[in-house]
Amino acid sequence: MACINPDGTLTPSAKVVLSALSSPRILEDVAKSTQLPLFRIRSSIREMLEAGLVEQKEGKYAATKVGREKIKA
Amino acid sequence: MEEKIATETKEIVSMPRLGEQAPAFEALTTQGTVRLEDFKGSWLILFSHPADFTPVCTTEFIGFAEIHPQLKKRGVELLGLSVDSVSSHIAWVRNIEEKMEVRIPFPVIADLDKKVATLYGMIHPGESKTETSRCVFVIDPEGILRAMIYYPLTTGRNMQEILRLIDALQTTDKYKVATPANWKPGEVVIIPPPNTQEMAEQRLKEGYECKDWYFCKKKL
Repeated sequence: MACINPDGTLTPSAKVVLSALSSPRILEDVAKSTQLPLFRIRSSIREMLEAGLVEQKEGKYAATKVGREKIKA
Repeated sequence: MEEKIATETKEIVSMPRLGEQAPAFEALTTQGTVRLEDFKGSWLILFSHPADFTPVCTTEFIGFAEIHPQLKKRGVELLGLSVDSVSSHIAWVRNIEEKMEVRIPFPVIADLDKKVATLYGMIHPGESKTETSRCVFVIDPEGILRAMIYYPLTTGRNMQEILRLIDALQTTDKYKVATPANWKPGEVVIIPPPNTQEMAEQRLKEGYECKDWYFCKKKL
């Protein structure tokens, strides 16, 4: 996974994306605030959804409790 | 008399077609797994090169990196591809940065199983059965394939032509016009020819620069 290192910690870009999701946001806003291309945000968030680090509600994305803990780790 | 039956088989490879939805894919890249749909809303240049650590491809990667800021301004993303592993791509991209002082900012697909290359008709066995030719696919924000360029293994692509092509396609979309041979931004554009006799008669009275009813130009 491009977001999670083999030791379970987040990659630097994943940390940036996950930190931007402290409150629910749409993908375009995350791309703007992180200055990462939208395709990278879509790809990263898809991986983080699968890993349970991000959840989706009503078209917006936010870090889960597990995701928030990962940022601190 | 015993008859010999021909057993030779010929592989039929489909090619993507202009004006149709670009074939969907999911692929491993140097920046993680990406899908074509991840680029929705942006223009995308999907391009292939024959192999990592080869001289012409290195000049092309440097060329693509150089035009990357200009492409970004036009809302265009770049996505490279070859039949090499991610480790090979990473090593090559790092080598280009170390030896040529050029950072490669775009992802590169590691198409070891040739899935994407086959979908897009990037392998031309007459040239090479294992390497992708130098292909460029321009895909618009709706995922429609708008242009294709194919160059042989021996010949590096012209980055200015790729920029010009993007400018022409975006101008066509914005102003509903066509662009003449060798057109560059700022030059006159072609008004699509009239479809009826009535429109043809009217066209000459509309104040455009016309050679005849079917051949009218205007400034934007």
